[in-house]
Amino acid sequence: MRKVLVSMLLVLAVSSCAFGAAFKLGGTAPLTGGAAIYGMAAMRGAQIAVDEINAMGGDVKFELRYEDDTHDAEKAVNAYNALKDWGMQLSLGSVTSKPCEATAAENFADRIFALTPSASSAAVTEGKDNVFQMCFVDPNQGTASAQYIGGKGFAKKVAVIWKNDDVYSKGIRDTFVETAPKFGLEVVSETTFADGNDNDFSVQLTEAQTNGAELVFLPMYYQPASLILAQAKAMDYAPKWFGVDGMDGILTMEGFDKSLAEGVMLLTPFNSDATDARTKNFVAEYQKRHGEIPNQFAADGYDCVYAYCQALTQAKATADMSAEELCAKMIEQFTTMTFNGVTGENVRWAANGEVTKDPKGMVIKDGAYVGLD
Amino acid sequence: MIFLNYFISGISLGSIYAIIALGYTMVYGIAKMLNFAHGDVIMVGAYVCFYAVSRYEFPPFVGVILAMFVCTVLGMLVERLAYKPLRQAPSLAVLITAIGMSYFLQNTALLLWSSNPKVFPSIVGRGAFKLFEGKLSVSHITALTISACVVIMIVLSLFISKTRLGKAMRACSEDKGAAQLMGINVNATISLTFAIGSGLAAVAGALLCSAYPTLMPTTGALPGIKAFTAAVFGGIGSIPGAFLGGLMLGVIEIFAKAYISSQLSDAVVFAVLIIVLLVKPAGLLGKQAQEKV
Repeated sequence: MRKVLVSMLLVLAVSSCAFGAAFKLGGTAPLTGGAAIYGMAAMRGAQIAVDEINAMGGDVKFELRYEDDTHDAEKAVNAYNALKDWGMQLSLGSVTSKPCEATAAENFADRIFALTPSASSAAVTEGKDNVFQMCFVDPNQGTASAQYIGGKGFAKKVAVIWKNDDVYSKGIRDTFVETAPKFGLEVVSETTFADGNDNDFSVQLTEAQTNGAELVFLPMYYQPASLILAQAKAMDYAPKWFGVDGMDGILTMEGFDKSLAEGVMLLTPFNSDATDARTKNFVAEYQKRHGEIPNQFAADGYDCVYAYCQALTQAKATADMSAEELCAKMIEQFTTMTFNGVTGENVRWAANGEVTKDPKGMVIKDGAYVGLD
Repeated sequence: MIFLNYFISGISLGSIYAIIALGYTMVYGIAKMLNFAHGDVIMVGAYVCFYAVSRYEFPPFVGVILAMFVCTVLGMLVERLAYKPLRQAPSLAVLITAIGMSYFLQNTALLLWSSNPKVFPSIVGRGAFKLFEGKLSVSHITALTISACVVIMIVLSLFISKTRLGKAMRACSEDKGAAQLMGINVNATISLTFAIGSGLAAVAGALLCSAYPTLMPTTGALPGIKAFTAAVFGGIGSIPGAFLGGLMLGVIEIFAKAYISSQLSDAVVFAVLIIVLLVKPAGLLGKQAQEKV
């Protein structure tokens, strides 16, 4: 009798264990520091997806953990190691490019599969078979921007202002300048700035203006962009402005005069105004929890978790598998599957980890993002 | 005309460097130490001003006074806790402490005010004086910064050369031991120096963020380094030197960006600095004296 009881208890214990087991999903992000707005958004987006998936009660469950990397490569590796000690099986890489280049190398060496929501530099995935991106790789953002501007006939003469100590900015600028002529664009002025001389943009703007640029392309984050917009206004220069995903967030800066950003266009895969059920549901939940409209980073984080869920379900993976086993299965799934998420339909991945999906043009109107198409 | 516009841009950038450099040079001139935390005191001043004006809707003038008060207290506190115990220590130890203090202030600011950049409301509005039928424009903030620089420069120079406290400061600067023997309270004098320097930092913070309106915990750090360069350029310890150095640094930076290459502007600025220091090791207006760092 006792034996039976014991074995029954054992069975119970084992099954409850299997039932309660969740995939340990870890990522590093700037939760403090200048880039925290991106890190917090991606983490919150991922958390919503994790909660939704766990509540559905399917076979796949997640336990999510984020560590702060303050947008610093060295701290990101420390954060990654902390996650590894915790027993991370699947990784969300890092949120920003520089730290993710460092953690992606660790992911590759440790054979822990990574899907980064938003680290977009080409070096993140380069030469690593197990690192994938949910966002566009930088070079593609440059090409897509040139194609969009030229295709829509926004301008013929464009100026580019970019940050020359930032891989993100440089990556986009390089392909933009290279492909611009193909789409009938002439780059009439090209100027740079860097940490330490990123306060005064009068020279860059004067040069764009005197060379007759009708549109200024700003491949950079929103903080310097906000200064550029303010200084252009002070000198009565009003070209069209075109930004990339880093521009996302400009409207949520405390004290920012939203009229400065009126008419600024940006290319981003996520449109919070979209009317499909998936986006509506996500936007509503995010607003309920955090009191603001989710940006593209939140959407990327959200999609990453759902993509993992789909891949794990299709691969019939279980939470007791090692990170290395999961890695092999995930590589197989991600290179073959098609995913539908809030950042795009028919999302597919190439073997090198780059994503293909259609970018959406957005414009800032009356202090909010509106779809251009 | 574009040349003149660039020149004015250079002056506006330079005036910001100048006003920060005045604080650096003042503390260095008297206490003979490099207060690397100066840039971060500027940041604290800017935050105090930001909250006073944006959140509690005080008039900008009150915001600046409040920031000066907080920064003065903060500056004296920093001096008391971090620098005074090291008065007899080698200057290298003090230098490292100052760098540590700088990081301490930055990280405390991160915890208190988070990293999200805030847009600073200009204390004088965003208008500009238009000259030559609008072809040239000098923004109000630039005019205010330059006037503030000149006033501060004159008042400081008079204070140091004419008043008893100023004389005590100069005595401490020349020889602390001898000054003490003459009955000067060296600790109080140095404390006063920090109080003045930090009060100036608050003014600089409000002006810096009015001109370039994004405010983050790291806002003061890089302009602080540039202003330190400007102070060295003009001759560290010399008050008119800091003013001249700041303006020249700003103008050189903008001209380098405009006429050489925007990618090389910092390289050009520092190349000019090296050349100046090779020709005049004490800086443009500096006195030839033994360096302690």
